[in-house]
Amino acid sequence: MLSIKNLHARVEAAEILKGLSLELPAGEVHAIMGPNGAGKSTLSYVLTGRQGYEVTDGTATLDGEDLLSLEANERAARGVFLSFQYPLEIPGVPAMTFLRTAMNAQHKARGEPEISATDFLKRAREVAGQLKMDFDMLKRPLNVGFSGGEKKRMEIFQMAMLSPRLLILDETDSGLDIDALKIVADGVNALRSPDRAMLVITHYQRLLDYIRPDKVHVLAAGRIAATGGPELAHELEREGYDKYARAA
Amino acid sequence: MTLSLALEARDLSQLPSRRDEDWRWTDLRGLIRELPAPSPEVSAGLSPGPFGDEGEAELLVVNGRVRGDAGLLTLSDGEARVVRLRFVAATAATGHGVKLAVSLAPGAHLTLLESYEGQAPDYLADAALSVRLETGARLERIVLASDHAEGVSVSTASVSLAPGADFAQTVLTDGARRQRLETRVEHPGQDAKVRMDGAYLIADRRHADLTTAVNHAGTDGTTDQLVKGVVADQGRGVFQGRITVNPGADRTDARMGHHALLLSDRAEVNAKPELLIFADDVACAHGNTVGALDEDALFYAQQRGIPEAEARAMLTEAFIGEVIDRIVHDGAREVARAWAAKRRAG
Repeated sequence: MLSIKNLHARVEAAEILKGLSLELPAGEVHAIMGPNGAGKSTLSYVLTGRQGYEVTDGTATLDGEDLLSLEANERAARGVFLSFQYPLEIPGVPAMTFLRTAMNAQHKARGEPEISATDFLKRAREVAGQLKMDFDMLKRPLNVGFSGGEKKRMEIFQMAMLSPRLLILDETDSGLDIDALKIVADGVNALRSPDRAMLVITHYQRLLDYIRPDKVHVLAAGRIAATGGPELAHELEREGYDKYARAA
Repeated sequence: MTLSLALEARDLSQLPSRRDEDWRWTDLRGLIRELPAPSPEVSAGLSPGPFGDEGEAELLVVNGRVRGDAGLLTLSDGEARVVRLRFVAATAATGHGVKLAVSLAPGAHLTLLESYEGQAPDYLADAALSVRLETGARLERIVLASDHAEGVSVSTASVSLAPGADFAQTVLTDGARRQRLETRVEHPGQDAKVRMDGAYLIADRRHADLTTAVNHAGTDGTTDQLVKGVVADQGRGVFQGRITVNPGADRTDARMGHHALLLSDRAEVNAKPELLIFADDVACAHGNTVGALDEDALFYAQQRGIPEAEARAMLTEAFIGEVIDRIVHDGAREVARAWAAKRRAG
């Protein structure tokens, strides 16, 4: 599904990704672990098309289609979803309005009909229920005054509503207590399916106890330094990132 | 020095210029080289104004001449009314001024839907409103200025309040060649309340000046002000807000916020927020920000699939929405919302 080859990218003058390659097949969940500053968030922003991240070499394709030449919203319409480490607050725009605008923009880009207000509400109630969210929260301006846990839950809510194909979770566990973490992980696990792929970016192994990855990649100094099974995450938890940081 | 004096005396030297501190960003003397002919009387019918048929009565002022009963603006004890007050500039290359009085007896309640409509280019228009609210009277004034891009327009409201009166206004404008919408309030304190909001959405080379002054003379008064602006292209927004708390006006509660977004490198906002406090026991606060649209929020919206132009429009509309939400009259609030949606600069 997602194929990254020899990706080089820089932010301003600094090269952050230095030849990163990764194959993520449909149906799989891969974890990207790495020390601070290894390029984890840069990878998520390069894949989703944030301005200011310049790709200098390499390719990233989704089912064979070049992702890097598309605008951020076009990538979203192709099914790329980033769950932000720090979700933004959008004053003045109720969560429901925001999400319905996003959903209809994606539908339009894909040549699908708009979702009716009734169908949207019905689905929103269903998904909010699954995530144990207070439905009234969706009437409030998006993320404004929400706690860290509520913001992450709102990310998963949007993800479930938009039903993307490639899910990128950037430090989804940060700021979550254990109960919130379980709810969020359950929400993510419910989205696992043979035609979806997930990239779980995390600094700590803890999240991976709840979202079990098929593979774990170590990102150090801008490239993949090692790849293994879930046991690699435990090894990193015990021994730290030192040896990869040094080798790089 | 006012436009109205210059028009009356047909004397250019009466025009305010940048040498007048209060007019330094809205220079008229440098702009107007010659006074145009007085605006003629126009008897033709007019299409509906921006407030449509909201409210119960309409007072038209065309080219500075009142059509209809100016008594609509005088309310007796306990009377309540919603009136559309339309100032129309109908003739190109002419000038006119008008003075009107609004008077509310104790307990009266007026909702004034006031519009400035430029139906021809290149006019000079002046309107002066003198407003008196007696004890317990309430006025909600919603001003929607849709002047012509080549029009020059000045509107000044001088408001005086009795104790316990409630004055609330929202001024909405998209500017003109040069335009000033000014409100001065004599605030007696004594549980009188003032809310003085505004929103400007300026594009092209238009100019809008929202100037306000509130003078707190007694104890226990409140003033709450929120003004927001969005300026694109080579537009220019001016906000001058002054709240004076005089000696002895203790327990005054005054809040002023002015926040503007600049959507282009050549857009300009001049802001002068002033709180002049000469009393001891007061609660006063002000905030003033001028910046660009939040790029992080923009990316967030795009990442969810919303195209950039639509995301920008959504965020700027939401930004202005905070002002519009505070309008009390339902119909006027919806008119304002539609106005902002249509004019949201991208």
